[in-house]
Amino acid sequence: MSAALEIDGLSVAYGKVEALHRATLRVNEGAIATVIGPNGAGKSTLLAAIMGLLPSKGILRYAGALLDGSSTEERVARGMCLVPERRELFAELSVHDNLLLGAFHRRGDGARALAADFAEVYARFPRLKERSGQLAGTLSGGERQMLALGRALMAKPRLLLLDEPSLGLAPRVVRETFHIIADLKRTGVSMLLVEQNARAALQVADYAYVLEVGDIVLEGPAAELAGNPRVVETYLGLSSAAR
Amino acid sequence: MNADIFLWLVQDGVTNGAIYALLALALLLVFAVTRVIFVPQGEFITYAALSLSLLEAGRTPGTIYILAVGGLAAAAIDGYAALRERAWRRLPRIAALYIVLPLAIAFLVAWAAPRKLDQWIQVLLVLAMVVPLGPIVYRIAFQPLANASVLVLFIVSMAVHYILSGLSLVFFGGEGLRSSPFWDARFKLGVVEISAQSLFVVAASLLLIVGLWLLFEHSIYGKALRATAINRVGARLVGIPTALTGQLSFLLAAFIGAVSGILISSITTLYYDTGFLIGLKGFVGAILGGMASYPLAAAGALVLGLLESFSSFWASAFKEVIVFTSIIPMLVWLSLRSRHVEEDEE
Ligand SMILES: Nc1ncnc2c1ncn2[C@@H]1O[C@H](COP(=O)(O)OP(=O)(O)OP(=O)(O)O)[C@@H](O)[C@H]1O
Ligand SMILES: [Mg+2]
Repeated sequence: MSAALEIDGLSVAYGKVEALHRATLRVNEGAIATVIGPNGAGKSTLLAAIMGLLPSKGILRYAGALLDGSSTEERVARGMCLVPERRELFAELSVHDNLLLGAFHRRGDGARALAADFAEVYARFPRLKERSGQLAGTLSGGERQMLALGRALMAKPRLLLLDEPSLGLAPRVVRETFHIIADLKRTGVSMLLVEQNARAALQVADYAYVLEVGDIVLEGPAAELAGNPRVVETYLGLSSAAR
Repeated sequence: MNADIFLWLVQDGVTNGAIYALLALALLLVFAVTRVIFVPQGEFITYAALSLSLLEAGRTPGTIYILAVGGLAAAAIDGYAALRERAWRRLPRIAALYIVLPLAIAFLVAWAAPRKLDQWIQVLLVLAMVVPLGPIVYRIAFQPLANASVLVLFIVSMAVHYILSGLSLVFFGGEGLRSSPFWDARFKLGVVEISAQSLFVVAASLLLIVGLWLLFEHSIYGKALRATAINRVGARLVGIPTALTGQLSFLLAAFIGAVSGILISSITTLYYDTGFLIGLKGFVGAILGGMASYPLAAAGALVLGLLESFSSFWASAFKEVIVFTSIIPMLVWLSLRSRHVEEDEE
């Protein structure tokens, strides 16, 4: 199977402190890979480096081509998209304008294509439609999450990187979020999913990696990893007790 | 004071205020997008005004040398960056934008200058010479420092101002110049006479302000500029080229500076360093408006223009003192308010 994303020996450092040590992983075309791990393991660092927000050493290959030296904008234009952990919305712009800017790299696509995408996003998140004129900074936490995901959908990505998309959401909205992830997979989008909610992540993903203090310590098909005693104890046991 | 003088002072104040308003908007725009306090704004005014006067006299303005050499320097920096990243395909674009275009403009101006063409052609030539200096200055001085603090950017901005005003003295000399008005008719409106040139200035400023408003509220590029100002990381993540938005904001600011210079060049006599003082008043206008909102900045600049014109009548020796001390209450208020904002965030 061809790879949407191949990462080989990727290291990222903040100053002198290395936060990611020679990580190697891949996301198959049309598949979902997930990275789980404790706080501070380097998951967000990994995603930022993939998008070119942080300088990194090692090999990054997207859709077969090296990403060497290409800027974040170029990566976005080639179909990569990140929903970052901090969401990075445009607080003083309206919900509508945030969504519109999500499609910035497709500004040549014409008004009709954009209108269809707006309709699709609003159909998925009726709440955003009600609030389309409201400033993004005044949305509730959950609504902001929806907007972040909606903005990413407007970009029509081929590879979607999701950093804790269910963070702080009510259970019903979490389910909705994972529905959307499964839907997107059906339309052929490849995804790399970082989640604290390991149970849900392992259910929706095809392949999984466990990242601990900058090292990938375990990997395997998601279903297999979900049965691994160490994963059950550290990541699933705890989350089932908490819920 | 009788009604005649009062109305005359209002006219004078509104005319200057309109120009300060334009400059205030440009300063706010540049600050919002790049966090640079654009001190060299004044030099763009000077360059445009003096270049226009020289063209009128049939002389070649030294601006073309600044443009050509600046373009080469920007090309060297960009080319070096491209070579290091092995992005060969960027080279032709760099050469076209920073070498071919400035040289073409320079030669065109050198050819046209002795021919004393129509005034509107001279205006276009001035814009073609001065406006590209905006992105070039950004590329050389500010883009490499995009992540520096506001203070560092401010210091660099001061340095750029000194360099540009030094070049201004070298190329324009110390003599004062004034260009002829576009339209020297006068209209009688009741008791007052309004000069056509004042109307022209106010109309051009209004037009530019409406144009800027349309750009920011209704075009995807304007929204991209605002988005960059609000959240740089977010802007990069939706694919907005943030280096380009910086250049675009400098391009707009240079355009506004050049237009202001062209408008003002027939109203007052300008020297090589006059622009700085005018730019500073635009800055004061922006501060009077709270350094935050575009309409308030424009209003602040208008108030400043009126204040200046009336104080020149009552206490002309203290004109500049009155104008510049007017920001002190505003600064006190701003600093009180910003402390509250910080407390809110904690
Ligand atoms: N800008 C930074 N400067 C210095 N160190 C940083 C910076 N950002 C992150 N780190 C450090 O790098 C390590 C990895 O951080 P990262 O945000 O990638 O973790 P994470 O796996 O996403 O954690 P979480 O689950 O809490 O989101 C942490 O030890 C963190 O303190
Ligand atoms: Mg994280």
